[in-house]
Amino acid sequence: MAAAAAPVERAEAPLPGFDLERVRADFPILARRVHGRPLVYLDNAATTQKPRAVLAAIARVYEESCSNVARGVHTLSGEATALYEGARATVARFLGAADPSEVVFVRGTTEAINLMAGAWGRARVGEGDEVLVTGLEHHSNLVPWQMLCAEKGARLVVAPLDDRGDVIVEELERRLSPRTRIAAVAHVSNALGTVNPVRRIADLAHAVGATVVVDGAQGAPHLPVDVAALGCDAYAFSGHKIYGPSGIGVLWARRELLAAMPPYQGGGGMITSVTFEDTEFGDPPHRFEAGTPAIEAAVGLAAALDYLEGIGRERAAAWEKALLDEAVARLADLPAVTLIGTPRERASVVSFALAGAHPHDVGTVLDRRGIAVRAGHHCAQPVMERFGVPATTRASFAFYNRRDEVDALIDGVRAAAELFA
Amino acid sequence: MSTDLSDLYQEVILDHNRRPRNFGPLPAANRSARGHNPLCGDKVTLFVRVEDDRVEEIAFEGSGCAISMAAASLMTEALKGVPVAEARTLFEGFHRLVTSRPGEPVEVPAELGKLAVFAGVRDYPVRVKCATLPWHTFNAALAGAPERPVSTE
Repeated sequence: MAAAAAPVERAEAPLPGFDLERVRADFPILARRVHGRPLVYLDNAATTQKPRAVLAAIARVYEESCSNVARGVHTLSGEATALYEGARATVARFLGAADPSEVVFVRGTTEAINLMAGAWGRARVGEGDEVLVTGLEHHSNLVPWQMLCAEKGARLVVAPLDDRGDVIVEELERRLSPRTRIAAVAHVSNALGTVNPVRRIADLAHAVGATVVVDGAQGAPHLPVDVAALGCDAYAFSGHKIYGPSGIGVLWARRELLAAMPPYQGGGGMITSVTFEDTEFGDPPHRFEAGTPAIEAAVGLAAALDYLEGIGRERAAAWEKALLDEAVARLADLPAVTLIGTPRERASVVSFALAGAHPHDVGTVLDRRGIAVRAGHHCAQPVMERFGVPATTRASFAFYNRRDEVDALIDGVRAAAELFA
Repeated sequence: MSTDLSDLYQEVILDHNRRPRNFGPLPAANRSARGHNPLCGDKVTLFVRVEDDRVEEIAFEGSGCAISMAAASLMTEALKGVPVAEARTLFEGFHRLVTSRPGEPVEVPAELGKLAVFAGVRDYPVRVKCATLPWHTFNAALAGAPERPVSTE
């Protein structure tokens, strides 16, 4: 519970050049009503809504160029291949990658991390080695490493959080050793909103020779991403959390890493020659893309990234941050509210507990007002345990949210507080 | 409070959530089971003393949302002193009540008594499991406590 200090500052109007109402009109779903009220979508950390440009790009693949990729000599196959590989180039630009061949299309962040654990981890982690994670990881950046460690007789080492929900970097440093093979850290915590100091962690981990894998599921949609500046070796994110379709995601990894990695799955599209005796595997990225990929989803993801470029990422991010800061301050001012996590740097997410009310009930009260939030453990049970709560209510913002949606959230939380007082 | 929530959060439910009845351990219990809803983290442990095919004593511990806590509390009130066969009938009646189709008229069996306050739950399909968790846990306790907790998933 925070004492009211200065009056809360309202989010300023969006920066010039960012026309909020026009942007909202690009997202058809934002016009719908829920339980008779306008939809207030504040569950963007779970998934984001999709602009028309993405929906149209997906439809266009099916309507005009539906074909398999890299498998035919006919015109449609050539077009589909060009679209798919063009999407790869768009992702590479978005991430500041050295080359499109460093971009592997996968189903999502979870598969990307499983690929890293299964291919790189299996080859590099042995008995007595260590894999370091932080205390704020989503299960998807925890369980694959746990499984790897169990298989190899390696040790999973956890860098703890302080009471604000920030990783204690000194403690992390103390836990690095010459046995640390991999350091796997989130860019942004999905449960607390904490922005991790990835560059600093990467430098420390590299000093002991570890490979740095970043879970960017919440980072890529809300922060500028430049993999070179972040200093990581691999970066994973999901299409559906960055205004693109579900079923598509990205593993970016440095070329040398991918080149040294054995295949993850076997099948079509990842080989150069196959006999019954032996198979010669193709080069990255195709080596890691066995089977027909989610072609239209990759194209849809590229359309989402183009859309973000088009509306201006910095301006969009500035608006989103202004809304988040206002929501955090106003929630902290409510006497019944305890913020879960007060990190020094925060993106998109605010998690809180309401005295006397279980998050599930808060979620239902808000839902009846048309407000979508997440109530639960956010697939980050160790984070919940760290803060001594079974679950939290979480509001997560995107650039298409409005100021009156912050008002609606605060009114709804007040109503829940009254109901369960 | 928004009026359309009062069908779910009836005063009786809010009251049992604030002050759950029969809450705590039951040293004399000869049946117990744990229930868990992994989706929202609701947890309930049920203690029952059955004698001569009758629920002589019943208590619960746990934490969870208002619906699951009130469901557990009201269930223990409804089942205390009730023959096991009748308890099973109550379970079935309760289950039908909360899983009947939203909006359709539903006949509330008289024997459900106070449990009828849960009729509103059927209009909130994502909350049905909150209400049924304690009842499934009770069934598991009668069947003999399994090693793993009863899960709604």
